[in-house]
Amino acid sequence: MSSSSETAATQATWTPDRPIVSIHGVHKRFGDFEVLRGVTFDVMKGDVVCVIGPSGSGKSTLLRCINALVPIDEGSIQVAGQEVHDPKLDKLALRKKVGMVFQQYNLFPHKTALQNVMMAPIQVLKQDKAEVRERALKLMKKVRLNGKEDAYPGELSGGQQQRVAIARSLAMNPDVMLFDEVTAALDPETVKEVLVTIRDLAEEGMTCMLVTHEMGFAREIADMMYFTDNGVIVESGPPKEFFANPRDARTKEFLGQIL
Amino acid sequence: MRAAGERLYGTTDLPVLLPPGERLLRRASRERTDGVPRLTLKAWHGAVIAAVVLLAAAAAQAQGAAEARPGVLTALWKWVPLLVEGFLFNIAISFLGMGIGTALGTVLGVMQISLLPPVRAGSWIVTQFFRNAPWLVLLFFCMFLLPFEFRVMGFVVPFPDWVKATLGLSLPVMANVSEIVRGAVQSIPSGQWEAAESLAFSRRQTLVQIILPQCIKRMLPPWMNLYAILTMATVLASVVGVSEVMTLTQRVLSAESRPELLVPFYGFVLLLFFMYCYPIARFTHKLELRYVVKL
Repeated sequence: MSSSSETAATQATWTPDRPIVSIHGVHKRFGDFEVLRGVTFDVMKGDVVCVIGPSGSGKSTLLRCINALVPIDEGSIQVAGQEVHDPKLDKLALRKKVGMVFQQYNLFPHKTALQNVMMAPIQVLKQDKAEVRERALKLMKKVRLNGKEDAYPGELSGGQQQRVAIARSLAMNPDVMLFDEVTAALDPETVKEVLVTIRDLAEEGMTCMLVTHEMGFAREIADMMYFTDNGVIVESGPPKEFFANPRDARTKEFLGQIL
Repeated sequence: MRAAGERLYGTTDLPVLLPPGERLLRRASRERTDGVPRLTLKAWHGAVIAAVVLLAAAAAQAQGAAEARPGVLTALWKWVPLLVEGFLFNIAISFLGMGIGTALGTVLGVMQISLLPPVRAGSWIVTQFFRNAPWLVLLFFCMFLLPFEFRVMGFVVPFPDWVKATLGLSLPVMANVSEIVRGAVQSIPSGQWEAAESLAFSRRQTLVQIILPQCIKRMLPPWMNLYAILTMATVLASVVGVSEVMTLTQRVLSAESRPELLVPFYGFVLLLFFMYCYPIARFTHKLELRYVVKL
């Protein structure tokens, strides 16, 4: 999957039999409030992992820690063998390997959809413009937005914007994709088109980590479910088992409210 | 009658769509709540000012005619080319001052959002110092601080008064632009920074490629406002002897030494500034309406 020699070099310590993302004993405090209180789990390459839990339980913070948008206080996170909790961390090198999609899309409003997709590979990876353009057009087709290349974000619906955001992250050829409640701000009708796009990605073998409230979707595509509450993982397991008979009282209560 | 009007015009919040009677009624009630009539300047108000100036001139002309000296209008007409030339000099100073102030202010504004605390603090102090200083004092400061010529490798580079005055005026412009830039950058939603960071953009790339381009629209109206203020402030340069429109007017008046010329001449200068600055103000207002931040 490594697209350039640079990522290959930093992946020297990582082999496909080891987890692509390895989270161990992670603590994160905002002032006096401890958002994450010792989170540990691994994600293997090609896995789809869904993290669910009540709001304020630290799910989004956990995703943000993985690409170093938020620094952690204790513990270790390794992405393809690179330690995130390290003062000498090359954040930019890490972020080239980790794509992220946000709840509020966060497209660049002064650029067209296609330019949004092309920007990072050209500016950050210094790739050839014509080559990037070709790839970006393919990605737009992949997220079923061919014909909308020249539209500005303001002219697109929420679901369309979110799919552009997915294409924009994919253009960097990441090893892992993080989805932070990507359908939470969408109309019910447009949720589906975004979920279909994510499912296609998962089926192609992309490693995905989702924070979501779409339980039905999680059950369908996840290889592993994690339930967080108060900054710790309360329960985990393959979705069939997880949804059929949750063991922990808090999981039961949460699923009872949602399902 | 009322019902018919409503059927014809429908219900609307836009005053322009209302029948004239209704529109006046609304305006009257709004003015009652304000306590004073609202002043909305139209282009023809400029014509009124012009008329007042001309009338004053004509009155003075009549007086002057009695004393068998050339009339006021004749005197004014004689000096118009010189005064307009002086006014063009004011415009030139304002252009140059704005250019220098904007260039320095943009750098200073970006320094204000630096991640390095000393850079941030230093630029903040400079900004606040020049923003809260009287323009005239800054002007005097530049006049007497800077030498009248520089010697660079044996060459003598003259440094005339008007250049010093321009630099003096560009200092407060710099400080204000710095605040405009800082404010605009901070008004961009944090999601834009996060998205750029997660795509591995460096901070510098994020600022140049993503944040600043989005700021331009937001900065344009306050920036144009500042320009209009600067243009009006260029007459301060007359205090330090630069040959701009006010200095020239004073010289002309003392050469003519006729008290009845004072009002028409200064009125003419006022009119020049109004004709130049008012369209800028209108245009700024239009831009503000168009770029109003939608939440």
